Amino acid sequence: MNLKELYQEIILDHGKNPRNLGKFENFNKDAKGHNPLCGDKVHLFLKLDENKKVNDISFEGEGCAISMASASIMTDLMKGKSEKEAKEIIDKFLDMIKEKDDINTNLLEEDEKTKLMSLGGVKNYPMRVKCATLSWHALSSALDDFQKDVTTE
Amino acid sequence: MKIENIKKEFPIFNNKIENNDLVYLDSANSSQKPLVVVDRIYDFYTKEFSNIGRSVHYLAVAATNLYENTRTAVQKYINAKDKNEIVFTKGATEAINLVASTFGQKHLNEGDEIIITELEHHSNYVPWHYLRKNKGIKINFAEIDEHGDISLESVEKQITSKTKMIALTHLSNVTGAILPIKEITELAHSKGIPVLVDGCQSAPHMKMDMQDLNCDFYAISCHKMYGPTGLGVLYAKKKWLDDLPPYQGGGGMINEVKKNDISYGELPNKFEAGTMATAQVIAFNESINFLNKIGIDNLINHENDLLNYGEEVLRKNNSVKLIGNPKKKGAVLSFTIDGIHPHDIATILDEDGVAIRAGHHCCQILHDKLGLTASARASLGVYNTRDDLDKLNESINNCKKIFNK
Repeated sequence: MNLKELYQEIILDHGKNPRNLGKFENFNKDAKGHNPLCGDKVHLFLKLDENKKVNDISFEGEGCAISMASASIMTDLMKGKSEKEAKEIIDKFLDMIKEKDDINTNLLEEDEKTKLMSLGGVKNYPMRVKCATLSWHALSSALDDFQKDVTTE
Repeated sequence: MKIENIKKEFPIFNNKIENNDLVYLDSANSSQKPLVVVDRIYDFYTKEFSNIGRSVHYLAVAATNLYENTRTAVQKYINAKDKNEIVFTKGATEAINLVASTFGQKHLNEGDEIIITELEHHSNYVPWHYLRKNKGIKINFAEIDEHGDISLESVEKQITSKTKMIALTHLSNVTGAILPIKEITELAHSKGIPVLVDGCQSAPHMKMDMQDLNCDFYAISCHKMYGPTGLGVLYAKKKWLDDLPPYQGGGGMINEVKKNDISYGELPNKFEAGTMATAQVIAFNESINFLNKIGIDNLINHENDLLNYGEEVLRKNNSVKLIGNPKKKGAVLSFTIDGIHPHDIATILDEDGVAIRAGHHCCQILHDKLGLTASARASLGVYNTRDDLDKLNESINNCKKIFNK
């Protein structure tokens, strides 16, 4: 693993031109993520429909290429996923980013997996793992809050 | 000791860092250690170890003397009047906490005000924030100018009849601004206000003279001064150390302990409760010897040359923006590069063996004011060379290439 593999085109592209950037109207869940040590911030907006499927998702934030690319790729592939599927993908992604070599799920297309695997290079840069996982933890927390809301109803 | 050959005194530079020569530009965070300091710790533990101040056996007496020798060496190095004005702490953070806590306890009440500056490291803000929460004091911020500088006037503006303390840095760890402490202290004292100085960044780079500065408190971090971690120094005028209550209670700081009352020990024991960082204190004497051998004037000349050269090189590099252009500047080169986040810069530089820091450098108030979430910082130490700064620049160019800038 070298730096070229970490800063490959796909990450530079998503880092520079993040998809799904900006708040959208009528979101029904949001969550903030913050890395207190380095100052990276992400604010995630989510709309789950009545069947608990991700109808729309976006984010606002500031951070390094890794954290922006990760949020961009994540929001792209979460659209249309059910809450349960989203949680499984989050778990599989976090497994991969920390230790595993692969993303073991059939909820994602091969090209989606390839995109996520491009973030796997941070394994060799332990201080940067938190950059890659920030938006994923924010999504996880947004989903959990939604569940609480649902339970209260 | 020739400053050009000083790298040889630091064993870390004999090692390759992932196949690269180490270009260490993170001394504002913590400095590397000369062999004499490392050896001193080893020798103390292998040949001379004992706890200090309590037992009467040979080793205990010898260790106590060594420990007190460092206190005297620090006193001389910073030109304090009395050796009992030197208190060892676990770091500069603890030194500031000690003052905030004990001064706050005794002298601050609801509605009282203190002044800090927008340049402060979190360790000279958070301890005062506790008093804001617990005692209802108010914290006023002296504002930076467009050069990232704090003037006498910007501090003066914040002084009111309720101001009870001015706490400020001597040298900013981000903009490099060197503050006019002597003038600020003179002004503060004319209004009966004591002054605490965070000297973390200044002590390794500037001539220290407490009697000339005349401030009331001065906090020093030993690990930034070519010394061991886990050690700081609080300089405080004797009248304050006599006046303030003890900070922590425990062994070593007492006079007499009865079931219904306790009396406290004399200085400096009053503020050094429990077993102190004995080996670190003893080894810190070697750091001071090391600095004395170089000579403060040589050190200042060398680092000024590096700072000027570094600024010149980085100014010529398109898209690098230096942060802060204060009147008097020391030892740090903070910068941003358009379109490349500081964390990405730091990771890419690291690949070339160039160690810098990226983030808010424990100065969120300042970064908010500058409209930045983070910055990159190359900071200097006595072992750095012009060659190191050329390598920094080369590596920045490599970084720009990766990001197509």
